[in-house]
Amino acid sequence: MINLIIGLALAAGAPPGEQVYQQVCQACHMANAGGAVGAGRIAALAADKNLKYPEYPISVVTGGKGAMPWFRGQLTDQQIADVITYVRSHFGNNYKGIVTAAQVADSGVPAPHESER
Amino acid sequence: MTDAGERVPTRREVLHAIGVMGGASVLYQAMATMGHAAETQFAGPPNLSGARPGASVLVLGAGLAGMLATYELGKAGYTVQILEYNMRPGGRNWSLYGGDTYTELGGATQKIGFAPGNYLNPGPWRIPYHHRTLLHYCKAFGVALEPFIQLNHQALVQSAGAFGGKPQRYRDLAADWDGNVAELLAKAIDNKGLDTAMTAEDRDRLKLALREWGFLDKDLRYVRGLKSSRRRGYDRPPGGGVNGAPIPSEPIPFKDVMDSKVWATIAQHMENDHQTTMFQPVGGMGMIGKAFGRQVADKVRFGAKVTKIDQSGGAVTVTYTDLASNTVQTAKADYCVCTIPLGILSQIDLDASTGLRAAIAAVPYSNSVKVGLEMRSRFWEEDEAIYGGISFTDRAISMISYPSGGMHSAGPGVILGAYTFGPASYKFAGMPPEQRIAEALEQGSVFHPGRYKEQFIGGAAVAWSRSPFTLGCCAQWNEDTRKEHYQTLVAVDDRIVLAGEHASYVGCWMEGALLSSIDAITRLHKRALEA
Repeated sequence: MINLIIGLALAAGAPPGEQVYQQVCQACHMANAGGAVGAGRIAALAADKNLKYPEYPISVVTGGKGAMPWFRGQLTDQQIADVITYVRSHFGNNYKGIVTAAQVADSGVPAPHESER
Repeated sequence: MTDAGERVPTRREVLHAIGVMGGASVLYQAMATMGHAAETQFAGPPNLSGARPGASVLVLGAGLAGMLATYELGKAGYTVQILEYNMRPGGRNWSLYGGDTYTELGGATQKIGFAPGNYLNPGPWRIPYHHRTLLHYCKAFGVALEPFIQLNHQALVQSAGAFGGKPQRYRDLAADWDGNVAELLAKAIDNKGLDTAMTAEDRDRLKLALREWGFLDKDLRYVRGLKSSRRRGYDRPPGGGVNGAPIPSEPIPFKDVMDSKVWATIAQHMENDHQTTMFQPVGGMGMIGKAFGRQVADKVRFGAKVTKIDQSGGAVTVTYTDLASNTVQTAKADYCVCTIPLGILSQIDLDASTGLRAAIAAVPYSNSVKVGLEMRSRFWEEDEAIYGGISFTDRAISMISYPSGGMHSAGPGVILGAYTFGPASYKFAGMPPEQRIAEALEQGSVFHPGRYKEQFIGGAAVAWSRSPFTLGCCAQWNEDTRKEHYQTLVAVDDRIVLAGEHASYVGCWMEGALLSSIDAITRLHKRALEA
């Protein structure tokens, strides 16, 4: 898989995780983080109690869950930290504290061994 | 090849040596390379028979895997019923036509406005000649096929870092790539660079070969001349009468050819899955899903959302919501073939072994976005003599593909305006459909400035991450998950067996879904007879 490392200029004043959310996460979780339901379900991240402790979103974003792919190795640890900080403080979530790249490095799931394509 | 004093090993000895050193898989690959192995695992339809009277199978999902299982198990004597979430057969095999409506997750609804006969294939769009299972059933079920143009020398290659972003003909770049590589290799031979690698005799033979293969002149140079123009085309092509004599064209400087990274495009066309001849159904890929659907028409229950699969008490009981009436219902059978994509299945209450449930949860799904752009005329044919094929770009859309059907007709025609991979897929999927279409139109106009936007009528865009019936594009295995989970995933679990592209090594291809289905029902049938 191609390394993302999104290198786009941030809009002035925009939180650093916002762009990662818009360019990656909202492909599934939707622009309002409301998720969706069809034959299966895409989790809503809005007003999400699972975000209380950063360890859970760190494990899901780095390691994936069900249909959701892992993003370790696709996003930098800093980008992962930024987007978790962003979601934990937006969409009706009011969790305090900034998630750091060190926390992602510490408790994240390592990227899997990719088969040659 | 012979070298002084050295005996040349026989093919058998070579194969043996590879087998000893690299294991059977390497041996198989080597055999395939040498033309001694089959290009498909398809050995004909399964030919099952002798089901116990009254035995029944419930199939979950009316994609190709589920419908094939239904068709073949029905022939074997089973009573078969399918539960399908969508209101149509086919699953990911699907075409969007004018008049169709598609609502993705999140609620965005598109009403497709294409002219009659035009379509977008959101999912599969091309069939390799060696996908024999699919070809077999296309013939059996009356699906008319036509050639799909994969490689078109007249199509374009564009990248931001070469030629100031101006697209170039694939023909020119590929010819100049080969020509320059041939010249350099010939030089390396003259500079004694290959003296240790080859005998003198073989070096001479290789030089002759390079001259032919690379379209080099008699001095082994790749230069402007009638020789190189035979492949890359002329400034003035051969004609009749007074000005009939051709004027050769000038090759592109090799550094610029390198900048274009054309080798990536060349390699794409070389892949076994993209080699000539490729096919597509006449009238859209969805013709296959429809044809399979006709074979099992009396057995499908559409609009059924599965919520629970139980296999206690000597039967399989599936709970589902009938979406039309919003009522909870159950269906029961002796056995179950489950083709529900793993991301969805992982959320369903499934009564199966811990190992199988872990395997189902371990496989994420890739994402991709496809955009169809309908154009008033087939200007790529009229203006540029591009008939089918693909133009490649390093922009997020990754490519545009010209329709292989209806060539040389008046139009309108639908161009595949985006087929995204990796990060670009998330970026595109996060946009509302109309923005995906606008973005694809903007990015693709680099190939046909002036014409692309001017000729545009309307579009359609499908983001697989927002597909209500799959939650993604295809199962994304890696070496670790294959090792840990694959065999568990495909094994019969008491009365249930999984099938689909996710239960194959031909992932993301219809052929994988069909081969998986044949293998699954063959084992399930055996299990049923032994019970």
